[in-house]
Amino acid sequence: MTWVSIFIRTLAIQGSWNYETLLGNGVGFALEPALRQLPGGVRSDAFKAAMARESAYFNAHPYLTSVAIGALAKAELSGVPPERIERFRTALCGPLGSVGDRLVWAGLLPFSSLVALIAFGVGARPLAVVAIFLVIYNAGHLGLRVWGLRVGWTRGLAVAGALANPVLRNGPAWIARASAAVAGIAIPLTVARVVGPSRALLDGALIVGALIAGGLVRVHGRVEGWKLVLVLIALFALVSVAR
Amino acid sequence: MRELLPLSMLGGLLGLDVVCFPQMMISRPLVGATVAGAFVGDTGTGLLVGATLELIALATLPFGASRYPEWGSAAVVGGAIAAALHAEPAGTVTVGVLATLATAWVGGWTLVKLRVWNAWLARRKRGALEHGSRGAVVGLQLAGLTSDLVRAMLLTAVAYGLIFPVARAMVALWTFDEHVSRAVTVGAASAVAAAAAWTIFHSARGARWYFAGGLLIGLLILAMR
Repeated sequence: MTWVSIFIRTLAIQGSWNYETLLGNGVGFALEPALRQLPGGVRSDAFKAAMARESAYFNAHPYLTSVAIGALAKAELSGVPPERIERFRTALCGPLGSVGDRLVWAGLLPFSSLVALIAFGVGARPLAVVAIFLVIYNAGHLGLRVWGLRVGWTRGLAVAGALANPVLRNGPAWIARASAAVAGIAIPLTVARVVGPSRALLDGALIVGALIAGGLVRVHGRVEGWKLVLVLIALFALVSVAR
Repeated sequence: MRELLPLSMLGGLLGLDVVCFPQMMISRPLVGATVAGAFVGDTGTGLLVGATLELIALATLPFGASRYPEWGSAAVVGGAIAAALHAEPAGTVTVGVLATLATAWVGGWTLVKLRVWNAWLARRKRGALEHGSRGAVVGLQLAGLTSDLVRAMLLTAVAYGLIFPVARAMVALWTFDEHVSRAVTVGAASAVAAAAAWTIFHSARGARWYFAGGLLIGLLILAMR
């Protein structure tokens, strides 16, 4: 039951995310069921010291924080000296953050979105489109969390080697290439289904879209695309209502 | 406005998913707008709004502490508004997308305020946290989760309550043809998606060729229809 409890708590690891301790409190919250097993239980000094240590500042990708949770649970319950645990905690932040960002936010998430948009573009029904997105994304998401807890617990403070796993090391580049191909298919198909049967409107939307996209790429970093679209659509709506 | 309570509850759950719990991406606009459309009785319109928004959302990935739009509650607002107004289809998708973008912008600001609020709560409990208080850690986590749920519910209710009458008036006055409106909206959205795809993937070796190959396949599929 302890691992089930820890797993569910990792899903809420960003529950009290803030600009001072970031994920810190969430790590303490997720580890708490494991720390209860320290000698003397929740009233012991060992438990309180571990809770204080584990609830301090921590920053990483939320899904890959599971690796840290598993490893820290093992370290705390094995009686590893506090200074070593603190050094280990600090050292894990950077790698777990950068690997997670590239693998999940820049990889799995856009890939799942784009595959679901292809399904939309070829005429799939609403339930199928939503299910395709959620199943692909969460197979990776939940799998990563479970793997993280397992590998962290198995390897303890030697978990850094697990980050050299081929999926984590080469996965982002593989997913990036696959996502690039999927994006090329998904964008025109999605535009076509939203526009409807008119060929001229479809061609116009794709050409104008390509021109604006080229402009956005050129001014990359200076203009946020979604804000530009908000302004453009608001202007279009105003013209439509006022003319 | 009978739908306000269920929609605000849905918006609360989806807003919570953005950062706090469980981050299963039920908050993505493709899901949120479609489900909201189903709530109001027109899943198809919700899906059209959701797919258009999903193209835009590709540009706003939730990296670390960066500020990004809050799509969960916003997609509920936009999807529900478009679905509720589907009897006059000319401007519904455009108005739904617009409502979502505006709500997402405000929602992103509320997320920043929530993080400041969480930090304030953490400072108040600093002593207890430094002494390893189990109650302080669990209490802080539950307070953060509850605050986020309430934030997202309120945002959904207020945004829907304020935007729906304006959207209804706009749709009644809409002059452009339905397909022209959709083409303009999704054309703009596709520009954001294409630029986002380039930004995200261009550093991977050969990715531009994969994109070009995919584009060729996509255009061939369209040409064969």
